[in-house]
Amino acid sequence: MMSASAASPSAVLPGVARKVGSLRKERRWALITAYVSLVVAAIVMLAPPFYMLITSLKTSAEISNPVGTPWIVRNPTLENYWALISDPMFRGFFFNSIKITAAVVCVTMVISVLAAFSLARMKFFGSGLLATGVFLTYLVPDTLLFIPLYQIVGGLGLLNSIWGLVLVYPTLTVPFCTWIMIGYFASIPKELDEAALIDGANWMQMLTKIFIPVALPGIIAATIFAFTVSWAAFVYPTAFITRPDEMPLTIGVVSQLIRGDTFAWGQLMAGALLAALPPVIVYAFLMDYYIAGLTAGATKG
Amino acid sequence: MAQVSIRKVVKEYEGGVQAVKGINLEIDDHEFVVLVGPSGCGKSTTLRMIAGLEEISGGEIAIGGGVVNDIPPRDRDIAMVFQNYALYPHMSVYDNMAFGLMLRKFPKEEIRRRVENAAQILDIKVLLDRKPKALSGGQRQRVAMGRAIVRDPKVFLFDEPLSNLDAKLRVQMRTEIKKVHQTVKTTTVYVTHDQVEAMTLADRVVVMNHGVIEQVGPPQELYHHPQTKFVAGFIGSPAMNFIPTRLVETSGALNLELSSDIVLPIPEDRIGRYKAHAGRELLFGIRPEHMTEVRPNDHRPGLASFHATPEVVEPMGAETLLHFWKDGHEICAKFDPGVAVEPGVRTPMAIDMNRMHLIDPKTDRVL
Repeated sequence: MMSASAASPSAVLPGVARKVGSLRKERRWALITAYVSLVVAAIVMLAPPFYMLITSLKTSAEISNPVGTPWIVRNPTLENYWALISDPMFRGFFFNSIKITAAVVCVTMVISVLAAFSLARMKFFGSGLLATGVFLTYLVPDTLLFIPLYQIVGGLGLLNSIWGLVLVYPTLTVPFCTWIMIGYFASIPKELDEAALIDGANWMQMLTKIFIPVALPGIIAATIFAFTVSWAAFVYPTAFITRPDEMPLTIGVVSQLIRGDTFAWGQLMAGALLAALPPVIVYAFLMDYYIAGLTAGATKG
Repeated sequence: MAQVSIRKVVKEYEGGVQAVKGINLEIDDHEFVVLVGPSGCGKSTTLRMIAGLEEISGGEIAIGGGVVNDIPPRDRDIAMVFQNYALYPHMSVYDNMAFGLMLRKFPKEEIRRRVENAAQILDIKVLLDRKPKALSGGQRQRVAMGRAIVRDPKVFLFDEPLSNLDAKLRVQMRTEIKKVHQTVKTTTVYVTHDQVEAMTLADRVVVMNHGVIEQVGPPQELYHHPQTKFVAGFIGSPAMNFIPTRLVETSGALNLELSSDIVLPIPEDRIGRYKAHAGRELLFGIRPEHMTEVRPNDHRPGLASFHATPEVVEPMGAETLLHFWKDGHEICAKFDPGVAVEPGVRTPMAIDMNRMHLIDPKTDRVL
């Protein structure tokens, strides 16, 4: 008996050790694979913005007479940036973008929070169907929608006006934001509204005092989404705006810095980078909320 | 403070499923009533209908004399404690308790006074600035109770408030709830599936099963005088034994024939009650605690004895449980821990026939 019980651990141990070793090896391979693919992805993703940055720092002369590799700046200059910032028209694009985006974000959030609250919490005839319908509208691409929308916006006399854009951008933002918010609201336990109901809250108080504060991460995520979409929208302004003083940044940069076949590459790149800056800043500060908001609903808790 | 009247109340869901099938119940002012039953018996639905969280399909519910069928929850003057506490996660403990009063536009001073008073009763004064996230389960449950107390409502409703707590804390909070009720004396309706909770807390226990009330009564009455087989089996732990038997009349005396070798005499004072059923196949109900070891010099009238072979012996500390099988029926007996019992050894047992019940298997009613 004694010898058997003494022998068995030593007989088992090598097997255990082998298993631990293979586990560690597996983990190392997983790490290596992860790093390699991440590095490749980072290079692919970051190469264009990096090239934009390089180009934006070059003089026109250096851009038109490339010597050696184009990935290096020989005489770095900020003149492209200064040219844009000191140009009142470019500043106008910037303010238009800000105005449009602010208005769109406000409109979107009011509509989608109210819609999501009623779809998630008030059971009424057709609420389930409506929730699906809201999501389906998100699947219709803007490249298809802009033709009928042109008729509508034109009929309203809002062509060549940023308010025409404020009217149509929510068709891109509201469905998705509503969907995010439905998911978030659905993850709030039912007892919380019942407690509020018994405590004396009406629907509106329940929304403003309980749901909105509790769902704040979801609301921030939806806000970021609405902000990004309306800041980066391209198809609608291209179709609806032809007057430079009503243009947002996205098409302003392109339409004003490409004259016929002359590309002001340096300023174009500087303009694109400046245009991309606000979303980068917003994401950098609110990334955690964004992820938390998108994954709410997906797993309970 | 108020009484609650439930009259012929029905809850029917879409598709015709009836969760509550026309129940009647009068709850007195200051009374602590516990609705108990297995899951799906309609006890929670009943509570939620009193709260106004479920619509009433038929009948009426009155709180403090006024029918509340069409009154929204916020105007029923009730407070509810939920199983998962349902605290507002973004508010401090103070704000959680003050929320209902703020919505009702109470003056700030009054709110402060009430919250501090409730915090005093529940011993959570030091927690007032914390968020629910930073509290333990027991503390959260206290806050949920505090939220109910500050409102000073007509009725407290508890929906399985202790089910999320661990066993030790549950016993502690049970005492706490009883203490709070003795302090504030608000009419209370309490739902649980745990019969021990029901027995210890209630002034009156309401046993529900399949959407109907099986029996209403003080805990001791339910224990000693169950009216149906369900109540007899539900109240008490371990559960009552049910053994098929035949009631036989022999020369004026009644006997229970459990099998050819076990015949138990019916106590004389019960003969009149059971006489009409002589010759029938019935169910013999006896609680484990009334099936004990044979004590020397114990000559109480109505004590019968027989032998059985326990297959499983469970020493619980304060008592020892013996399990044996008879014709496929598991039977449990409760012995004094001082008596040595071996599984597989034929053991003499005493049955206190004064505590027996006879059940009509056709109606499931206790005779």
